[in-house]
Amino acid sequence: MSSLKKSFNIRSRDFIHAGEASITVQQLLKQMRIDPALIRRIAICGYEGEMNVVMHGGDGLYRVEINSDRIVLEISDQGPGIPDIAKAMEKGFSTASDEHREMGFGAGMGLPNMDKNADEMFIESVPGSRTRVRMLFLCKGTK
Amino acid sequence: MKAADLAAQFNLTVVAGKDGLGRTVTGGHCGDLLSEVMANAPVGSIWLTIQVHQNIVAVAVLKEMTAIILTGGNVPDEEARAKADEEKIPIMLSDQRTYDLAGMLYSAGVG
Repeated sequence: MSSLKKSFNIRSRDFIHAGEASITVQQLLKQMRIDPALIRRIAICGYEGEMNVVMHGGDGLYRVEINSDRIVLEISDQGPGIPDIAKAMEKGFSTASDEHREMGFGAGMGLPNMDKNADEMFIESVPGSRTRVRMLFLCKGTK
Repeated sequence: MKAADLAAQFNLTVVAGKDGLGRTVTGGHCGDLLSEVMANAPVGSIWLTIQVHQNIVAVAVLKEMTAIILTGGNVPDEEARAKADEEKIPIMLSDQRTYDLAGMLYSAGVG
């Protein structure tokens, strides 16, 4: 199977369309008969990534690359960046606003959920500039 | 149990996503923190929550849940109703508290 690449724009503070990239990719992966358990893990990571951009980031991009042996998901945004990645990875740590917490966000579980469900996850961030979260999923993995 | 049967048995008002009422409920989950629901809700579950905005529909779709029940007399906003119709995720309303309704559902064999 040759590599299939898709990308979707994510707009800052756009709660109306939040999650649509993840739903579109979920449907695509189902059509491709990818392992349902793997699709669920990718859905969690994609949604959490989208919401991070909607709530915290500038505009961003959801990119997925589907190969026979691995799927790569990359969520990037144009800032403001993460000053302390280790802190951001701690369960329960959140910089969400009160408004977002009232909506059920800001539990400090987003990045930990992504890390738990991806086979590998890399975060690059330039404070004041941009963030890129890259997640790797092995198609025959058992995680 | 089908979502439609559950709505009838527990006197729930279906306000959106009626095209999804034929799907089967195989479990349940209670939660208002969306990341917690994303992490823990089982496939095929009925989701009890007090969140009323459109993002609950995306969570239900991505977690392959069967339907959403808004408890405590809460009602969905317009965007949530439209999204639920589009995605065929039933949204049902109950005046019961989450704890009480979950207990009733569990006693009836749901979950």
